[in-house]
Amino acid sequence: MKRQLIAIAAGSAVAFAAAFPASAADKLKIGFISTLSTPAGALGVDIRDAFTMAIKHNGGKLGGLPVELTVGDDQFKPEVAKQLAEKYIRLDKVDILTGIVFSNIMLAAVPEAFNAKIPYVSPNAAPSPLAGKQCNPWFFVTSWPNDAYHEAAGKHATDKGYKSTYLIAPNYQAGKDSLAGFKRYYKGKIADEVYTKLGQLDYAAELAQVRAAKPDALYIFLPGGMGINFIKQFVAAGLSKDIQLITPGFGSDQDVIRPVGDSMLGLIDTAHWALDLDNAVNKKFVAEFEKEYKRLPSVFAAQGYDTALMIDAAVKSLKGKVEDKEALRKALKGAKFESTHGPFKLNTNQYPIQNYYLRVVGRDTQGRLVNKTLGTVFKDHGDAYVQDCPMK
Amino acid sequence: MSLILILEQSLNGLQFGLMLFLLAAGLTLVFGIMDMINLAHGSLYMVGAFLAATLVQATGSFALGVLLAIPAAAAVGMLLEVSVLRTLYARDHLSQVLATFALILIINELVRMVWGTDMPLSAPEALAGPVQLLPGMPYPAYRLLIIGVGLAVALLLYFVVAKTRIGMLVRAGASNREMAMAMGVDIRKLFTLVFGFGAALCAIAGAMLGPILAVQVGMGENILILAFVVIVIGGIGSIRGALVGSVLVGMVDTVGRAFIPHLLREFISPAFAGAIGPALASILIYVVMAGVLFWRPQGLFPARG
Repeated sequence: MKRQLIAIAAGSAVAFAAAFPASAADKLKIGFISTLSTPAGALGVDIRDAFTMAIKHNGGKLGGLPVELTVGDDQFKPEVAKQLAEKYIRLDKVDILTGIVFSNIMLAAVPEAFNAKIPYVSPNAAPSPLAGKQCNPWFFVTSWPNDAYHEAAGKHATDKGYKSTYLIAPNYQAGKDSLAGFKRYYKGKIADEVYTKLGQLDYAAELAQVRAAKPDALYIFLPGGMGINFIKQFVAAGLSKDIQLITPGFGSDQDVIRPVGDSMLGLIDTAHWALDLDNAVNKKFVAEFEKEYKRLPSVFAAQGYDTALMIDAAVKSLKGKVEDKEALRKALKGAKFESTHGPFKLNTNQYPIQNYYLRVVGRDTQGRLVNKTLGTVFKDHGDAYVQDCPMK
Repeated sequence: MSLILILEQSLNGLQFGLMLFLLAAGLTLVFGIMDMINLAHGSLYMVGAFLAATLVQATGSFALGVLLAIPAAAAVGMLLEVSVLRTLYARDHLSQVLATFALILIINELVRMVWGTDMPLSAPEALAGPVQLLPGMPYPAYRLLIIGVGLAVALLLYFVVAKTRIGMLVRAGASNREMAMAMGVDIRKLFTLVFGFGAALCAIAGAMLGPILAVQVGMGENILILAFVVIVIGGIGSIRGALVGSVLVGMVDTVGRAFIPHLLREFISPAFAGAIGPALASILIYVVMAGVLFWRPQGLFPARG
């Protein structure tokens, strides 16, 4: 399937090049690489679905230009993403590259775009190195810096006056970064900081230690199946009555709520977006997504949609002249648009400055489990690395 | 470090071990008796969990849903055996690994097409919370049920394998297949039966673990590695070995995770202990496996004499 898509895309690119001289920009070519298969594929599918929906509902165009979208599955492998990026840039000559979910995969692929001076618009991964010293003029983020949700959670725990908080994350770099982000804004006592095995199934041992430590709150960064396992077991152990469980927003979004079910009720999390954020773009997005795909959008879907909106605004401001890559880059940097979480604003390192919200899992009017906004944790929050970035 | 905590962690270890036993028992039967490396065993576990989740939802009763899922998964397993796996018996282990790895990918995508990426499956209302085992020691009621079911399955398997005619044929097949065939045992039928039985055990494992683990595509791969560790330690083909091996792995893993980081902090600097504690705890079971392979390469209870 994937190979076929590439073959078609490559074929049409050749035909296109033969028919028209290269300078005629009557098309916007976008290369979209994401993790679409494997158990980790749900996030990439949400981003892709929202991204393609935004184009479809815009008459197949972004910024007035018909979009030629090529979608590739990186199969959760950095080397596959790198090969796809190479192919899209050199063979298909795409104008913009986007789509990758995971930081480690993106870091393997994105130098291809940097070297070729093709803008990469990230709908999810936003690692700290690219926010600080290694920031790059061709790298744009429409999601949130990797630390931001954790920082917001730490700030909330401080604001709420939790005296002691217990921290759990998997034993790898992202796990350590996440707890560092939490601690940056948490002023209370750390009851304990526990690093578990990646892909761990049973958390009974950790839960017994949590009970013995008697913290006010428990912060977990356990992405995917690990979080599902943990939350089910946490509630079954009866700990939810005495200890407030807090997660980053992606740790309790629709893809976790669905398999966990009612045990999610009352769980607190922090995110830059929520289903019920009151603005016109978000209302339209949520309604259209649900109608199109018969499921509620996750925060990842919102990021995919915002990415399309950003490209739309940039290309519109260029009046469709995308062949000048330097102009396209400047247009993306200066893109003005209303996102699913209000007016969109980039920092000097091209990571967003935005609000972060406190959300709680509750029931909506139809009785479904959803995240509801409780309040604002950060207003116009950037990241901790921007001062190391030489870009102005 | 209170006594209660040590007691609770030991119970957790036993519970995790019996969880693994549910899966390892079927794997060791298929591997030991049929001499077939079936990497798709985890996929049957996943299919069992999804079937149970669907049937629990449809019938509105946890017990009924789980009971119906068992024969359904056994049927899926036997269908798989007759249609695909049967042709692999004559091949070498490498072909079996390749073919069953392909099956993992195919079944993952099939499950995604039929059910989507995940399903909710919760413990029955009565067992959803904790019960007070000792003063100051609440324990999740559902985990007690897992311990009970694990022990019951172990007893049932012991009875079937040691006391029945089918069990005798199974043991004969495990210890010397050629001789069993020479004595007129219908190996083809026996294999299909054993495979179906293994799939039924998968369904029990999937259904019982569903309420505390994620029921999602790919759930089988993670736990399958542990199940292989268990049967290598226990001795391939031996039910007794699977039981001892899984309880050993469960205990070592849980106790290691619970106490090693704390113990280390007593002796070396907290920063260093914090760095190596979790790493050490997570490789502990593999250290045990390496030790068993070194001193008893056949496993603790080898089935073949």
